Amino acid sequence: MDIKAYIALSLTLFTIGIIGVLVRRNAIIIFMCVELMLNAVNLLLVGFSKMHALSPIAKASLTYASDAQIFVFFIMVVAAAEVSVGLAIIVMMYRNVHTVDVNFLNRLKN
Amino acid sequence: MNNILKLVWLIPVLPLVGFLINGLGRKLLSKSASGFVGSAVILLSFVLSLLVFLQVKNGNTATIHLFNFIHLDSLNIAFDFKIDQLSTLFLLIITGVGFLIHVYSTAYMHDEDGKDFAKYFAYLNLFVFSMLLLVMGGNYVIMFIGWEGVGLCSYLLIGYWFRNTDYTDAAKKAFVMNRIGDLGFLLALFWLISKIGTVQYDEVFTIANLAKLSPTDLTGITLLMFVGATGKSAQIPLFTWLPDAMAGPTPVSALIHAATMVTAGIYMIARSNALFSLAPQTQTIITIVGLATALLAASIAIKQNDIKKVLAYSTVSQLGFMFLALGTGNYVAAVFHVLTHAFFKALMFLGSGSVIHAMGGEQDIRKMGGLHKHMKITSITFLIGCLAIAGIPGLSGFFSKDEILAGAFGHSVLLYSIALFTALLTAFYMFRLYFITFRGEFRGTLDQKHHLHESPKAMTFPLIILAILSVIGGYIGVPEALGGYHELAAYLSPVVKSAEHHLTHGTEYMLMGLSTILVLATILFAWIKFKNYKIEGEEKGLGKFLQNKWYVDELYQTLVVNPFKSVSAFFNHTIESKVIDGSVNGIGKLVNYSSRQLRWLQSGQVGAYVLLMVIGMLLLFFIQLFL
Amino acid sequence: MGNYFTFPDLLIWLPLLAAVFCFIAKTEKNAKTTAMLFSLVILAVSVSTLFFANDTKYINYNYVNYVWLKYLGANYFIGLDGLGRLLTLLSALGFPLIFLATSKSNFKNPAKFYGLMMLTQAGLMGVFMAFDALTFYFFWELALIPVYFLSSQWGGEKRIQATFKFFVYTFAGSLLMLIGIIYVYLHTDARVFGDGTISAHSFSLSSFYSASLSPDEQNGLFVLFFLAFAIKMPIFPFHTWQPEAYDQSPTAVTMVLSGIMVKMGLFGVIRWLIPIFPAVSPELKNGVIFLSVISIVYASCVAMMQDNIKRLVAYSSIAHIGLMCAAIFAMDQISIQGVMLQMFNHGINIIGMWIVVDIIERKTGAKKISQLSGLAASAPVLTILFLIIAFANIALPLTNAFTGEFLMFSGLYNYNKWMAAIAGIGIIISAVYTLNMVQKVFYGSVNAVTKEVNDVSLNEKMALIIIVCLIFFIGIYPQPLIDLTKDAVNNLLLRIK
Repeated sequence: MDIKAYIALSLTLFTIGIIGVLVRRNAIIIFMCVELMLNAVNLLLVGFSKMHALSPIAKASLTYASDAQIFVFFIMVVAAAEVSVGLAIIVMMYRNVHTVDVNFLNRLKN
Repeated sequence: MNNILKLVWLIPVLPLVGFLINGLGRKLLSKSASGFVGSAVILLSFVLSLLVFLQVKNGNTATIHLFNFIHLDSLNIAFDFKIDQLSTLFLLIITGVGFLIHVYSTAYMHDEDGKDFAKYFAYLNLFVFSMLLLVMGGNYVIMFIGWEGVGLCSYLLIGYWFRNTDYTDAAKKAFVMNRIGDLGFLLALFWLISKIGTVQYDEVFTIANLAKLSPTDLTGITLLMFVGATGKSAQIPLFTWLPDAMAGPTPVSALIHAATMVTAGIYMIARSNALFSLAPQTQTIITIVGLATALLAASIAIKQNDIKKVLAYSTVSQLGFMFLALGTGNYVAAVFHVLTHAFFKALMFLGSGSVIHAMGGEQDIRKMGGLHKHMKITSITFLIGCLAIAGIPGLSGFFSKDEILAGAFGHSVLLYSIALFTALLTAFYMFRLYFITFRGEFRGTLDQKHHLHESPKAMTFPLIILAILSVIGGYIGVPEALGGYHELAAYLSPVVKSAEHHLTHGTEYMLMGLSTILVLATILFAWIKFKNYKIEGEEKGLGKFLQNKWYVDELYQTLVVNPFKSVSAFFNHTIESKVIDGSVNGIGKLVNYSSRQLRWLQSGQVGAYVLLMVIGMLLLFFIQLFL
Repeated sequence: MGNYFTFPDLLIWLPLLAAVFCFIAKTEKNAKTTAMLFSLVILAVSVSTLFFANDTKYINYNYVNYVWLKYLGANYFIGLDGLGRLLTLLSALGFPLIFLATSKSNFKNPAKFYGLMMLTQAGLMGVFMAFDALTFYFFWELALIPVYFLSSQWGGEKRIQATFKFFVYTFAGSLLMLIGIIYVYLHTDARVFGDGTISAHSFSLSSFYSASLSPDEQNGLFVLFFLAFAIKMPIFPFHTWQPEAYDQSPTAVTMVLSGIMVKMGLFGVIRWLIPIFPAVSPELKNGVIFLSVISIVYASCVAMMQDNIKRLVAYSSIAHIGLMCAAIFAMDQISIQGVMLQMFNHGINIIGMWIVVDIIERKTGAKKISQLSGLAASAPVLTILFLIIAFANIALPLTNAFTGEFLMFSGLYNYNKWMAAIAGIGIIISAVYTLNMVQKVFYGSVNAVTKEVNDVSLNEKMALIIIVCLIFFIGIYPQPLIDLTKDAVNNLLLRIK
């Protein structure tokens, strides 16, 4: 399949993520949108990896073709860790202020 | 080299030692001890000077090299003493008259505290030291050291009674005006250094070096030197400090502001006669300035009522005469007049000191009168001084002044007539002073009248010596017309080359006769007018104008001092605090202001931050892709 | 090299060591004594350097060169040449005098105070000895930072504002210079070290001298360096930090600032600015001299209007520094020799001035000239000593400043007679304001403020007498100082020609 399709899908997902982050005020939804952006990038990485696997350099080196895919796994692991911390923060926030509206959190301003 | 010449360095060092002893031991020394030390060192210097003079008279001149003051690859300034005809003559005047004035001071200053008394003698010794450096220096820099040194001592001694603000004002004025002149002198030195790379007399006055100087250089250098001389020798435009300098003790006025320091300018020009003779434009200017000063000061002196002020303006006027002589190339006459003037003017200053002493500090001649009865010696010696300065034949002033007038006549009749008129004014104000002070009836308070007395011996002794010198001092320069042989001119001829003026003996007789008759007439006029002086009312018209000294001080105040002060105030208030500091602080304020504006970006809204981040990313993309 | 202590080593490490000892001192007396003793030892070392001036014989005593940051091409290279000897001697002489004169002042937190003072001295010594740009910059900042703390903690009422201004000003200058240093550094040749390491560029002074820079680049860099030095000196119009800093700093620090620290600017011009940019210096000198001459006349005029004694002395110092700067750029053997003399003389004289000002302020509590009167009656010794220093300050002959100013003016005259004449007006004005101050403060009759004043104490008298002796000695026989710095002058001139 043409690489352009992957890019288009990835961009679409990424844009949805950005718009979600910008327009929504619910912390959980923002959080999900951030995850969406991350995964859009993952998709792109995998796509490019597959594309490059056919190049002569990749054929010469065993590890070269799979580098990006390993990287994606890294991202997924880190994202999982991040989700646990992030969710914990949101839960703590809800416990303290009884809302998950991010605009409420502007106490640093003054 | 002769043994005496090897000891020449002792001549200035002795007064320096006196200064150190009196200055450091002022708390320990008794009055008589410090007076003794102060006078003794000068006497020793005088004796040495006399011995040196005898050597020089036999033709043994020398340059004594002490050490290198500043030695660079391209410039060497040696600490040299030059012992020649000119400097030894001045040595004799300075140490001789200086010694008499020191002796006089021991009595005159006797009412001072022991500490202040020693301080006075320390300053006086320091002055003699500086003055000796000035005349003995073998190059212009050493001369300049003495030049500024005498200015310093003059400052210290004018402000000797430092509690009085008027006196310290006068001291300050003297120093600052001298500094203005000194700047001219310094610039002349720099000019010399940049053109011929040396300031040593022996090298500057060589034909080879003089040839390196273009006419512009010569005119410039000599003019700047003359600016220096106007400061030190109180000529237009820098003369106003000298009358104010009378705030100092009277012996100081006699020594510094009549006999020695103020003649430094004449010494400098006579010393540099080789340069000045090559600069006719400068000579013209010197002539004009000298004559104008002589006339201006004489006209002011007519209307002054302070005994010392009259003498001060008389000094300015006589200095003007000397510059007239210098300007007409008549260097020997100028030096001659320095010599005779040192005698009779010191005599008159000391005489006025004796009067002031007797009057309990009173200086206003309107409150004196008839003092002849009470103080015979002072009166007679003062009269001799007056006769000498007026130019009565046979006294010293006659010979020197006649020579100046003859020189002026040789140049132009106009010069001569103005100079003669000034000489008549001199006779007039001097005898006005004499008659008002010593003749007629006493006009002071009864208290003062009881107090009147002749001064002690320590004061009358110098008066008598100086009176004798005022009479006979002229005989070293009897002109050929009177069957004499001008010894001074012959003596100075190796150093000072005067322009020749050829007047027939007949003309000279005529000039002498004319001036003598006119002077006698003037004295007669003064006698008639002032023999029974009564206090007059306020001066009006020209009299008031003259009494207020042509309003020169006021003129300087409005033309120089005030504008200068306002410019400084403008610098201080506007440029310094508003413009420069304002712009510096303005930069600080700008940073503060812009930070305060940028602060609004930190809204605390997470969404806004993310939006900014996205915009930033898009911008970066845009730049990367399209620029 | 390296097996024994050399003079540059001693001159840097002794103050540092003294600073450490002072910081850990428990009592005020300990701190004072430590600082005093060490500064005397440093003075002794510095004086003995004068006897080892012969480089062919004693080169190992006079230069230290350690590898510092090999891959950057930076060495810790310090050494003593004539100019360095002169200025290290000034700083070694200044500190004991300052300690002696201010020994009666009580500073809160004395351990820190004296520690910082000694640290400043270390920095100053380093600046005057550095032969490597990075070392130079390092010491330049090292000298600045302790002074900031000293002024901001022990100063007068408005000290925070004044020191902040001072710091921002000089630091801005330093950063400009740093940019300049890095730029020049990037245009230097490679440097090979003893062990074969090669760095792409070099910070050493000699490679800075031979850096390949186009005239346009030199123009720009000249301005960068000059700004740093001009602020430090300071030259009109970068001077406004100075009166405030002098006024608000504790007097001991003011003495360091005005007596020694401003010489860093002049030193920078002589050692770094002109030799690194020999091609453009002669072209840009007209502008610099013009600024300097403005500086002289302007500062003199402003000084005349001051009522605060400290500000008056500060402006008078600006005028003097202006003359020195103009004389350097006149680039004439005579004038630069004059600057060498005058750098030392100005340091001595101005420290003397501050000592007297400090005494007056401590004894009367008055800072304004108009509050004082008649001190000559109550404190005659102080008056005499001050008069001598004041007359040295206005360059009366046979005082030290005369020889320096005479040479400087003479050289400036060779450059341009009108500039010399205009600068000469400063001589006249300096007489006016100095005598004004003498008249108002010392003459006249005593008033309520000055009635009870007693004369100087022994310590202060000693410090002032030492200064007065130096004034006369150099004034009468300046030749030793001239001989000391002759080579430095000729080297500088060789670079330009």
